[in-house]
Amino acid sequence: MSWLDFFRANRKAEPDSATQAKERLQIVLAHERIGRTREDFLPRLQQDLVAVVARYVAIDPGKVNVALDRGGDISTLAIEIELPGAKSGASAAPAAANG
Amino acid sequence: MAQVIVVTSGKGGVGKTTTSAAFATGLAQSGKKTVVIDFDVGLRNLDLIMGVERRVVFDIVNVIQGEARLNQALIRDKRVDTLSILPASQTRDKDALTKEGVSEIIEELSKDHDYIVCDSPAGIEKGALLALYFADQAVVVTNPEVSSVRDSDRILGVLQSKSKRAEEKRDKVKEHLLVTRYDPNRVERGEMLKLEDIREILAIPLLGVIPENESVLRASNTGMPVILDAESVAGQAYKDAVGRFMGQELPHRFLEPDRKPGLLRRLFGGRAA
Ligand SMILES: Nc1ncnc2c1ncn2[C@@H]1O[C@H](COP(=O)(O)OP(=O)(O)OP(=O)(O)O)[C@@H](O)[C@H]1O
Ligand SMILES: [Mg+2]
Repeated sequence: MSWLDFFRANRKAEPDSATQAKERLQIVLAHERIGRTREDFLPRLQQDLVAVVARYVAIDPGKVNVALDRGGDISTLAIEIELPGAKSGASAAPAAANG
Repeated sequence: MAQVIVVTSGKGGVGKTTTSAAFATGLAQSGKKTVVIDFDVGLRNLDLIMGVERRVVFDIVNVIQGEARLNQALIRDKRVDTLSILPASQTRDKDALTKEGVSEIIEELSKDHDYIVCDSPAGIEKGALLALYFADQAVVVTNPEVSSVRDSDRILGVLQSKSKRAEEKRDKVKEHLLVTRYDPNRVERGEMLKLEDIREILAIPLLGVIPENESVLRASNTGMPVILDAESVAGQAYKDAVGRFMGQELPHRFLEPDRKPGLLRRLFGGRAA
């Protein structure tokens, strides 16, 4: 490492503490603000969606997957409900099913 | 009808009581009939900062519980005759404050005052919620420091959801940002959040910036609201903030770091290019 590199390396020190404070605040507040306005309706939305699907098909409550992803600009709520397949009606008599 | 102004912050020790005393005094100095109420039941301090601690006979809890009339509990300021103080109780706890009781007091004070300034306790519990419940306007006191900014954001959320105006779906509480204990020298060194950053994060209109200043402690030592120390930078900054609140357009001052004369300038005297 030449002495020039030494100076360059020193220059690239981490941002000053005030800049770090700003960045940390922006991230934590983005999430806390989402929580304040929207958090409470997500569990109910999930229940309602599952209930609607259950009116049409018998679903196994254990086979509902919910994933919430909080991003900076948008958040997504993904609900994956496993529907019983054509074969499931026959599950009581497995021998009758053909591959 | 009076305007009800809450001075609030979420976080403790950021300068709410200092601000309430200065702000109420400034409003009263401009001729508006003003009363400042201490909502910090159990930890009364506004009386000391206003220098009226030896004149407290009754307090807000006595009034709510019917042990004294409002007029008996109000203390008239001896320096500014349009100003009075309603102290908090020192011995009871926050449960002694009720929404109905506070509502009656504010209604009665509204009849013959222009401004009612409410000095909120720290936190977002009962005392703080009651202090902001009746507000038409809020002065959100914020220090240039992460936990204070976060708590201010939180209290803004509370103002938008738990105030009477929010509950009744009327126009929302008018919000003002007051940054206090600002130190331009530390900002320049990158050790303290910049004013622009705080404004960007909280995104509410800026009422003023009060610099970190020795005059604040001195004023509290003698029981004089710092705005009455017209020589001090903090006093002047509070005076500007009150002026802006009342609609004047004033530039923000005291935002620049001290300029120590540089070596060259000291050696050669003349102006640096
Ligand atoms: N601009 C300033 N410069 C220097 N010191 C200050 C300034 N503003 C406030 N202080 C000091 O900060 C301390 C806390 O101030 P104050 O009591 O007004 O805060 P508070 O928000 O009312 O506190 P609490 O949450 O306990 O009610 C005091 O010692 C006060 O002198
Ligand atoms: Mg206080």
